[in-house]
Amino acid sequence: MSPHTVSSPKNRPKYYDLNLRNLPTPGLVSIFHRITGVAMFLFLIPMALFILQTTLSSEAGFASWKGYFAHPLVKLIVVGFVWSFMHHLFAGVRYLLIDLHIGIAKAPAQSSARVVLVAGLVATAVFAARIW
Amino acid sequence: MKNSKQPVGAHYGWKDWMIQRVTAAVMLVYSVLILGFFLVHGTVAFADWKQLFQSQLVRILSLLFFFAVFYHAWIGVRDVLMDYIKPFFIRLSLQVAVCLFLIVCSIWTVSILWSN
Repeated sequence: MSPHTVSSPKNRPKYYDLNLRNLPTPGLVSIFHRITGVAMFLFLIPMALFILQTTLSSEAGFASWKGYFAHPLVKLIVVGFVWSFMHHLFAGVRYLLIDLHIGIAKAPAQSSARVVLVAGLVATAVFAARIW
Repeated sequence: MKNSKQPVGAHYGWKDWMIQRVTAAVMLVYSVLILGFFLVHGTVAFADWKQLFQSQLVRILSLLFFFAVFYHAWIGVRDVLMDYIKPFFIRLSLQVAVCLFLIVCSIWTVSILWSN
């Protein structure tokens, strides 16, 4: 192992503020980007594959998933993952724009973060209205 | 572009940072196409669904999408593990587990797409 992997022996003070209300909007977008990404990795990837498999394998499998999706609790979970997906997507597009040096000043970065939060919620609301 | 660094060299740029963005673009395009399918059809019947995935083009695009998802997830989850899991063997074990899981998902996806 190289000496670079050994961490600094100095105990520097750490100031953690885990209260999300004190986080600036770009920080909120960032932490939600991370949480939604992990949630989709853990649950959405295997579930999506499983659903794709059963809905394509037979008419009965398709019908049974149609039945599950009619259940209010399942709808709520689906809406949760739709928000995860939409937030992750909009936040990702924002990062792509920032990579292209679009909106990197403080004021546009803050307003684009607000746009991402609102767009994710609006897209989710439109979806929820459609399935209810 | 006025920056001198062009991310196309063998060991510069065309790596995780770039792959994360390219896979994101692939997923974005596929998502819009699938959304379009659902908007056009309104309610999707089994026959429509089955027919959609019987097209070789749709299968290939879907596989491209899922491979993009898995590679994107690998880079993202690995970065998260690097941030929060410090002990070497726990981090290594989790990274190996994530990696193997995604490889299994890749094989599973191929079998789903080409077995119906």
